[in-house]
Amino acid sequence: MVLLSFDWFLIIEKAILISIVIVASLVIAMYETWGERKVAAFIQDRIGPDRAGFGGILQPLADGMKLFMKEEIIPNSSNKFLFVMGPGLAMLTAMMTSAVIPWGGHLEIMGRTVPLQIADINIGILYVFGVVSLGVYGVMIGGWASNNKFSLMAALRGASQMISYELAMGLSLIALLMLTGTLSLRTIVEQQSTGHWNIWYQPLGFIIFFVCALAECNRTPFDLPEAESELNFGYHQEYSSMKLGFYLFAEYVNMFISCVIMATLFFGGYDIPFVNDAHLYDQIGNWAALAQVVCLMAKVIFGIFVFMWIRWTVPRFRYDQLMNLGWKGLIPLALANMVITAVVALLKYNNWHF
Amino acid sequence: MNISQILFGILTVLALVSALGVVVSKNPVYSVLCLIVTFFAISGHYILLNAQFLAIVNIIVYAGAIMVLFLFVIMLMNLNAEVEPQKSKILKFAGFIAGLCLFLVIVAALKNADEKTQTQATQLAGGDIGLIKNLGRALFNDYVLPFEISSVLFLSAMVGAVVIGKKE
Repeated sequence: MVLLSFDWFLIIEKAILISIVIVASLVIAMYETWGERKVAAFIQDRIGPDRAGFGGILQPLADGMKLFMKEEIIPNSSNKFLFVMGPGLAMLTAMMTSAVIPWGGHLEIMGRTVPLQIADINIGILYVFGVVSLGVYGVMIGGWASNNKFSLMAALRGASQMISYELAMGLSLIALLMLTGTLSLRTIVEQQSTGHWNIWYQPLGFIIFFVCALAECNRTPFDLPEAESELNFGYHQEYSSMKLGFYLFAEYVNMFISCVIMATLFFGGYDIPFVNDAHLYDQIGNWAALAQVVCLMAKVIFGIFVFMWIRWTVPRFRYDQLMNLGWKGLIPLALANMVITAVVALLKYNNWHF
Repeated sequence: MNISQILFGILTVLALVSALGVVVSKNPVYSVLCLIVTFFAISGHYILLNAQFLAIVNIIVYAGAIMVLFLFVIMLMNLNAEVEPQKSKILKFAGFIAGLCLFLVIVAALKNADEKTQTQATQLAGGDIGLIKNLGRALFNDYVLPFEISSVLFLSAMVGAVVIGKKE
């Protein structure tokens, strides 16, 4: 093949990495549903799913099977193409973010250095924002294509909630980016590898980011788009079978991805705490990279647990409370955080002279 | 034929087809969705030119914010293909002529752009002026006054929107 002369190994390597990442996030999302039911059961003093397999470990498979076996209903007066496209878009935007996340250091395979990251672009975190801002479309298109007033109302609510909280999220990250001085996620992780996690420098920024992440994932206390008491069921009211499953599943994938982003930005990413990672690479080689992946996953699983903990503890906001919190609470707070950080960063740059 | 040429071909076809879709499709929601695909294709071109910041800002601002507002308006007004009034034959003919004139002007303008862009394109593909660091430096050193003036313009537009929205 003279015509197509590019690095085939690179393409194969990336293809394998992408498939591993996608399969892993789907499996983790599957087991998040199981974890959610177990956590809910624990908080409400129940046992939770315990029939399918040991401790209900096969329950997600049974749920998936149930969703696939259900009757597929497409309303007569709906826009059929967009009706099917809605859940697909929701899933696509949920999965796309994983492309810029550094999952670990690098592996040495047959003399090639394989970084455990699909694409290390120098606008990493902006890419995440771009994809997050596209997350609105799945909800809006699905709600509109159902041709149902309740679905449309819920979709508009969901979209305006996501747009409002994106602003505060962006502002809270600007303060962080002033400290790191880079947008590349891998560089941000490497800066934190000395143990100086960004959470120590940006506690307020982290709290704002965390609240906004809850809102972006439509999790309680911000699950207004699916407020069943006011809107029957929400934007996916007309959906059944696996199309409904995709919407619910996309929420869990989003939750996983946002926990990964949080761990990467604020908790040192794949850095193993109290261990010199570079030293570890000299000693055990490729196993160090795997240890880093495991470490990142441990941080992520703790984050997911906090998400679930909040869901089963806090009641849902009213819509006006949600908007007030977003526009009058979080955005001014994030702006203040940004200004203070800018002043301190400038002072530090000038060696503490005014 | 290297990979960026292949990507350029794919992106160009995608941009042209989806741009045609914006004009041709009867349903306004499809038009909006086609426009979003066009923006993505154009962002792809920016990335091929190594202007990553421009590419992602194009997506965040246009596909992520402005198009969402378009979609809001179209969904709430519930425009459908059946309700849209049919335009008269004369109007269609006039539109056709006007389009042809525009096409003629574009052909005339781009006729001898060939030799110029050849050198510029090669410069751009290798250059890193589009990377965020250099862009920020250029904005805040060479163009700081226009940049600040345009930010004041944005602020006044925002205040204006709030004032209009507040009017009972």
